[in-house]
Formats: sequence, structure tokens, C-alpha cells
Amino acid sequence: MPAVSKGDGMRGLAVFISDIRNCKSKEAEIKRINKELANIRSKFKGDKALDGYSKKKYVCKLLFIFLLGHDIDFGHMEAVNLLSSNKYTEKQIGYLFISVLVNSNSELIRLINNAIKNDLSSRNPTFMCLALHCIANVGSREMAEAFASEIPRILVAGDTMDSVKQSAALCLLRLYKTSPDLVLMGEWTSRVVHLLNDQHMGVVTAAISLITCLSQKNPDEFKTCVSLAVSRLSRIVSSASTDLQDYTYYFVPAPWLSCKLLRLLQCYPPPEDGAVKGRLVECLETILNKAQEPPKSKKVQHSNAKNAILFEAISLIIHYDSEPNLLVRACNQLGQFLQHRETNLRYLALESMCTLASSEFSHEAVKTHIETVINALKTERDVSVRQRAADLLYAMCDRSNAKQIVAEMLSYLETADYSIREEMVLKVAILAEKYAVDYSWYVDTILNLIRIAGDYVSEEVWYRVIQIVINRDDVQGYAAKTVFEALQAPACHENMVKVGGYILGEFGNLIAGDPRSSPLVQFNLLHSKFHLCSVPTRALLLSAYIKFINLFPETKATIQEVLRCDSQIRNSDVELQQRAVEYLKLSSIASTDVLATVLEEMPPFPERESSILAKLKKKKGPGAVSVPDLEDGKREGGELNGGGERGPDSAAMSASNASTPSPSADLLGMRSAAPMSAAPTSAGSLLVDVFSEAGPAAPSAAVNDDGFLSSAPPSEDPATLLSEADELLNKFVCKNNGVLFENQLLQIGIKSEYRQNLGRMYLFYGNKTSVQFASFTTTVSCPGELQSHILSILRATKPVEPVVEGGAQIQQVLNIECLTDFSEAPLLNIKFRYGGALQNLSLKLPVTINKFFQPTEMTSHDFFQRWKQLSQPQQEAQKIFKANHSMDTEVLKAKLLGLGTALLDDVDPNPENYVCAGVIQTKGQQVGCLLRLEPNGQAQMYRLTLRCSKDSVSLRLCELLAQQF
Amino acid sequence: MIRFMLMVNRQGQTRLSRYYQPVELSRRAQLEADVVRCCLSRRKDQCSFVDYKDFKLVYRQYAALYVVVGVTDNENELSVYELLHNFVEVLDKYFSRIMFNLDRVHIILDEMIQNGHVVETNKSRVLAPLTALDKMADG
Repeated sequence: MPAVSKGDGMRGLAVFISDIRNCKSKEAEIKRINKELANIRSKFKGDKALDGYSKKKYVCKLLFIFLLGHDIDFGHMEAVNLLSSNKYTEKQIGYLFISVLVNSNSELIRLINNAIKNDLSSRNPTFMCLALHCIANVGSREMAEAFASEIPRILVAGDTMDSVKQSAALCLLRLYKTSPDLVLMGEWTSRVVHLLNDQHMGVVTAAISLITCLSQKNPDEFKTCVSLAVSRLSRIVSSASTDLQDYTYYFVPAPWLSCKLLRLLQCYPPPEDGAVKGRLVECLETILNKAQEPPKSKKVQHSNAKNAILFEAISLIIHYDSEPNLLVRACNQLGQFLQHRETNLRYLALESMCTLASSEFSHEAVKTHIETVINALKTERDVSVRQRAADLLYAMCDRSNAKQIVAEMLSYLETADYSIREEMVLKVAILAEKYAVDYSWYVDTILNLIRIAGDYVSEEVWYRVIQIVINRDDVQGYAAKTVFEALQAPACHENMVKVGGYILGEFGNLIAGDPRSSPLVQFNLLHSKFHLCSVPTRALLLSAYIKFINLFPETKATIQEVLRCDSQIRNSDVELQQRAVEYLKLSSIASTDVLATVLEEMPPFPERESSILAKLKKKKGPGAVSVPDLEDGKREGGELNGGGERGPDSAAMSASNASTPSPSADLLGMRSAAPMSAAPTSAGSLLVDVFSEAGPAAPSAAVNDDGFLSSAPPSEDPATLLSEADELLNKFVCKNNGVLFENQLLQIGIKSEYRQNLGRMYLFYGNKTSVQFASFTTTVSCPGELQSHILSILRATKPVEPVVEGGAQIQQVLNIECLTDFSEAPLLNIKFRYGGALQNLSLKLPVTINKFFQPTEMTSHDFFQRWKQLSQPQQEAQKIFKANHSMDTEVLKAKLLGLGTALLDDVDPNPENYVCAGVIQTKGQQVGCLLRLEPNGQAQMYRLTLRCSKDSVSLRLCELLAQQF
Repeated sequence: MIRFMLMVNRQGQTRLSRYYQPVELSRRAQLEADVVRCCLSRRKDQCSFVDYKDFKLVYRQYAALYVVVGVTDNENELSVYELLHNFVEVLDKYFSRIMFNLDRVHIILDEMIQNGHVVETNKSRVLAPLTALDKMADG
């Protein structure tokens, strides 16, 4: 049945398409398309009214051109005209064009909605389906408003045709996803659930997608679907392959429906009702049994369909994680697939087994397949399969097989694909640390990592090995010896030089007794690498040298000689030059005692979560990596990041911080927005590294001072332009700069910046007249409690000039520090004489608690976990209010960003909603805050919900923000 | 759910594309080219599922034609893989060989997948509207 010969085929279109196909070059294609576009345009503009057929043909051509990747900016009206045609094909092309190309052009939407309304009430099932498809495809707010109440009725009505029900179910799903507030299921719930019992399998297939989505959102209301799904599943599974006629695919009864039923059940815990549960277990067993039966067909489609169900069943078994018998059977089944000749099956088996490995019931069973998995890692020809094998090895690793797995992963690294090397390195590093019984093995492993894949060893990894060596004195001598040996290789990676420099600088003395590694030999070895290294590494080495002078006074002359030479002391790099000069000076004037104190061995690092793990989590997203014990082990004391001054409130928040470290996570694993202070002249980086944690708040824009720390960019708010004058304090909640006040005489502009719990505000007083202001004074006061324990320093750095000349502007700077949270605003009082009359003004300064926000990026998973943790009623503040300003997405986004929080994408399942997260930094503590804003465009209302670790903050923020939108 | 479906030939020309989650036009061409490159670079013995950015590609090759879908994590890969075959079989049943007739291919696709969800898998029911249509036209 060649399509062109069909009665309704459009010859012009076929010719056009074949022209395009025959174009030899892209240019020729574009030329042909432009010609066609011009032709269509002229036809549409022409005087002659086009008949339906021509309209359809041209719209169809436009559609084809669009498909080729060209933007189409006309023809929408003609497409809308087609909607009212009585011919199916014309109507269909019209709807297709609109589904594919419509933008929310409100003018058209009204016309489209009208056509849809007519078709929905036409009672012609094919027309109804087209209209429903269109709503589902466009899914805009306007459509939801027009049809959301109508569709559930169509869906459950007794006289609706099956095909219409199918379309209605998916249409409703779309509307529910885009505008959940408009889709009110209440009275329909039970009838929708009962669609699972519909005798028509197509209806069930469509309805189950809807029910799954609804169950995820309202599990309790849809609970009854569990027993219905189980009985439906049981009927399918136990049926003979001939029972379901057309829904049988290569002898497998209703494979897609079965998968969806099994997926729906994964929204719920195991059924409580014994009978239902029994029936379900029976189904699962039958599915597992069928996998062992001889296939009913040799076709691969048969086994694929069967296995699709099997994998879904195994997912359900893993989800329940309560039936040891089934878990072990699932594991054995997957074990068979590991050696299957179909690559797809091997891939999926590795993937499923990865989740199985984390169940206590099947962990041991998974481990028995270690040899097969290692073999897969070595021999699979497909990188994505090898990747899964590596994931699985990582998941099945425990104390008993760690050495084997780490060794295999290391040897694989030598030939591994570049795309997965970095991740492999992280995994090896984590496993080596987690299961290190003796730390010499750990050190060996990490040094091997650097040797094999130095380029892929990120800072986190080598920072970590140094942290561990510093903290464990039993391994220091071994580490020094090993790193010394590693450095003797003729070509060694720069990361090795870094680790070597650091460790020998600290612990070189432990191996100095051996004449083969005497101090001078060590120094010469390090220095032989010096010239090949980058600036940061050289800086690190210089620090190591000064440490050598302390450890081995006999090297002093040699090292001073090196420091003194022109290439150091006159180095064009400021940092290197400074170090050389300072170290040289330090070594020549300081007494041995002073030197020993300044260059003392590094104190242990505080215990904290491995920054490597954080990095891996970030790479893979949470959930992808299951290493629960490691996390627990490190969570002692509730401090992950080792931030010494955090209050108890921050403990929970820091958990989410940990999974999203700043890109330049430093050796301390601490996110310090304020750059570290300049190196004290007497100390090298090795020391500064320690000091930097003790005194992180030194707010100086100094040059970053060492080779270990890379500076986190200061998180300043971008300066926004002065906006229109407005006295309202509220105007400044989401912005930092602007005109605070203006009358005929005076204009006050404001510019402010905040970092952590500190802020600086610049006030600009402009005299708008041509006459001098005399006795100009300003006072800032903190009413009531604000002074004593809320806002601490709010002082002008210098008093303002007493005279403001006509037309002149003077500036005043205020420094602000937030001690604890607050809700009042400080007052600014201004007095001056203008032509003899005393003017007195009082204004509220726009310092609000949200200014001390630091944004926190987090994943959906983390967000909701945190959200749940903050579930005490007083922690939440909620307000529903009418929109005062434009509800435009971009405007809202800009406001939310201005608020200081991180605006998180892909967290809220409803894309219309906004969620934000941030930490308010006060001197005493950090307050984690989560925000959710749900706009309702139709009602022009918002619902704002805040959850903070401190109740007063929730309330205050809610108050502030309700005025903003 | 299914995020998009593409039919692309070896030369990288898109024969059919359907997006179930909005993607800007400017980004489509790039995405399509990228996806094709990804599939073309793979050998026959490699597996049919590829991690791609934050979702997964499931693809099948029929001679010079690739059918590719992007799916979210929670989709059953094998069932999608077979869904593609089912779709191609339906096309095969309707057209004598794979032949391009844009509107009809779209009708068929719409009957099978709506909004990124499987809606009908029974071949004769998928084709019912078209068969009715052809009868009307012939009569």
C-alpha cells in the first residue's frame, strides 16, 4: 500500500518532499525551501480563498519544513481554520500543526479552545480524540482552565468510547502535571482507580499512567489501586498467551501493561492485606518461573518482551526488599543474564544487580558473581556496559573483597575509557579509604592511582590522602618512604610531586636516617622536578623547602642558595617571588625556636565527610551511589564539613551542603566565600592552611596565598541598575541597590553588598537644589532589641560632611554584622538646614534578614529530604495571597534570585512552581531555609511556604516575601 | 516517560521527530545531531541503551534508519525497546515498506504514544482510524 496512491494523498507534498530528498547540498535544500515558503506565503495572502484541501497541503508542507529544522512564523491562522473542517484529515493536520508549533499566542489560543470545545461536544469519537490529543500536547494554562473540569467527566462517563477514554486519561495526566491546582480529582478518584478493571486493555494501559502519577502525589487517596493492580496483573500473568488476543506480543500477554502495573505497585509498600500479598508473591514467582521455561518463540522480540516484565518484577522485589527468597531468586536470575549473549541483557542485569547489592538479603548472593563482573569489566566491548560493571563492583564491595576489587579496578584503569576514568578514580579512592584495614595499603593504592591516572586524580583525591596521612601517625613513615620511591621514577605526574612535596616537607625526617634518602637526597629529588611543574606546585614546593630548613638544619645553606637565585627571588610570578623572598628572610633572621614554632608539623584535620564522596555524589546524583555506611561513619558529632563555629541548627543543613560542594572545594572541604587572608609574612602555605580554618572571616581581597587552596569566588550580588524611585522598604527585599528616598530637596541612593553575615551599605545623599544644606547629620539607630542582640555593628565608618553643596552628592558607608536573626529594620535619621528651615527625616534602612542568605544548590532528593526534616508545625510558615505584581516567569525568577537563595530547577514536580534553598548566615548560627512558591495564574494568587530550622525566621521571611509578588 | 522520539537516517537527516517535553527549536537540531552521532558511533554488538546527559537513549536500527527515543530513568528499557519495534511493525503493516507520509506516520504515532506514555499497543486498534479513513476515501 504505497502511501502516495492513497485516496487522500497530497501529490504536491510528495513532490516537494522528494525534491528536498534529492537536494545534493544543504544550500540547494535551503534554496528549495525558501522558494516553497515564498510560494505558500503568496497563496495564503492571495485574493482567492483556498479550499480545505489546498490549505491542508500547504500547512502540511510548513510542518515538513519545520521538521527539517526551519522556524515557521506564519500559517498558524490557516491551521486554526482547518480545525473547523469536517474532514478528518484536514482537521487532523490542523491539530498536528498546532500541537507541534503552537506558542502561547493568546489570540490564537482562544480560537483553538473554541474549536476544541466544539469537537469535544461533537460526540464524534475521532474528533474528540483529536481535540484531547491537542490539549494534551499543548497543555497550556489557558487550556487547563478551559477544560480541566470537563475531562474527568469524559474519562469516567459510561457512554464514552474506549479510544476517547484513552486519550482523556493521558490528557488529564498532562493537565495534572502542568496545572495540578486545576485538576481536582476528589469525586472522581474511585472511578478513575476502577479504570484498572476496565475490560478494554487499551483503556487500562492509558489509565495506568494517570493513576501512577496521581498515586505518587496522593498515595493515600489512591491506595485502593494496589489490590486492583494485583488482581489485574495476576489475570494477565496466569493467562495463556492466546487469551488476550491482540494484546499478545510475540506470545507474551500484554507486556507493556504488565510492566506498567508492576511499576505502579512500586509506588507503594508491600500490600498489608495477606490475601493480596499472597497473590502478588504468586505472580512474581510465576514471572520468575517463566524465565526458566523454554521460550515459546525463537524470535528475540519474544524474549525481550518477557524479560521486560522480568526486570520490572525484579525492580518491584528490590523495592519491597522484604522477601529474602524472592531476592535471592532474582539475584540468581540476573546472574544468568550476566553471561547472556545479548548485550542488552547483560547491561540491564548489571544495572539491576547494582541495586540488589544494597539489600542485606541479597548482598552475599550478589557477591558470588564477582568473577563474572570482573570479567565483564575486562572484556565487554561496550563502554556503557563496562561502566555498569564498574558500578556494580563498587556496589558489591565490602571488607571481604575490597582488596581484590580495588586491585581489579586499578588494573582496569590503565586501559579504561577516558570518559569514565575520573569516576573510576573517585570510586577507587573511596573504596580504598572505606575499607582500609591497614593504611599502608591505602597509601599504596592512592599513589598507584596517581601513577596510573594522574590526570584524572582531582584535587579532592590527593587532598584526602594528605589529610589521612597527617591524621594517622602510624602511616606517616611509610607514606614518606613510598612517596620518596615513587618520585624516583623518571617521569612522574605533577600530582605525585604535590603529594611528595607535602609529605616529605612534613615527614621527611622519618626516613632521613637511611643514607639513600638523606635530607639532601630528598631535597635534590624534589628540586629535580621543580622546573617542570606549574606555578601552584612550585609554590607548594617552596613551602616544602622552608619546612626542610626546619627539619634538617644541614640543608639550610643549599636551600637558601636555591631561594636566593634569580629565577626564584626575581621570578615574574608574584606569588613565587614573594614566597622566595619571605622564606629566605625567615630562614636567615628567625632563631631556631621561632622557626620551629612557625614551621611546626601540621595539626590533625578535623574528621569530616570525605570530599571525594561528595564529589562522586555530585557527579552521579544522589541515590546512584550507595555507600551508606561510609556516610554514617563520618557523620559522628553531626558535623560533616568540620565548620567549627556552626550552631546545632546547621548540622542538618550541612548534610545537603556536603553533597554540593563548591566547584573549588578546598583541602579543608569548607566552602569559604570570603577569600583567605593574605599569608602572614612569616608563614608558608602549610601553615596558612591551618590558620585559614581558624580565622575564615578575615574579609580581605588578598591574593590567594597557597598552592593547596584554590579560592572560591566571592559570592557578591551582581550590581543592578538604579531603578525607579520608591520609598518602600519592600522594594529592597529582593535587590540591593536603588533609590531609597526622593523628594524635591534630597535624593538618597543606596548600594549594598553582603557576604556571609557581614554587609556593607553605601548611602549617597544628593542635594537636588542649588542651595547648600547646612548642619547635615545622619544617625543610624536600632530600635528596641535590635541594638542589643540583633544587629550588632551598624556604624558609619566616618561621619558625613556637615555641608552638602548645591547639586553635590556625599557618600556614607555603613558596616553591618548580623548576630542573630531579626525582624525590625534599623532607622536612619537625617537632619539638615535648608535655607534656614530645619529638615528632619526618618527612614527605615532596607536591611532585612534575607540579605544574609547564601544560596544552597541541592538536588530534588536532598530538597525533599530536608523538607521532611523540617516538618514541625512551628518551622513552617505559609501564606496565600493575591498577586500584586506581574506573574511573569522571568520576573519571578529574577526576584527569587534577588532574594539571595538558590533557585532550584527540576525539584518541584510541577514546573510552574518555584523552590529555593539557602542558608542565613548569622554570627552565632546558620539557619537553613527552604522556600516553595506556587503561583495560580487563573486566580492570580500565590501560595508561599517556608520551612526554616528556626521558627522566627520562617515567620519573618514569609511576612517579607508576601509583599514581593 | 518518553521525552522524545526521532527517526533519523544515517546521513543525520531527521525523518520524524516528536517531543513530549518542550525543547526549543534552536536546541532541537543540535540535540538531534548529537543523538545521531551518539548512535552512529556504536557498533551492532553494543547495547541499545545509552546514558545521555540526564536521561537515557534507547535506539533500534533498521537498515539505514535509526529510531531513537529519549526516556527518563524510570522507564523500563526493554519495554521501550520493544515498543519501537511494535511501532515499526505497525508502520510496516500499513505502508508496504517504510515510506514517508508525514501525516499518517504522525497519526499512527499519536495512537501509540501520547504525552510520552504508551497508550495503545494492539496493532489493529492502532490502525483503526486510518483504515476507517482510507475506506471513506476509497468509497
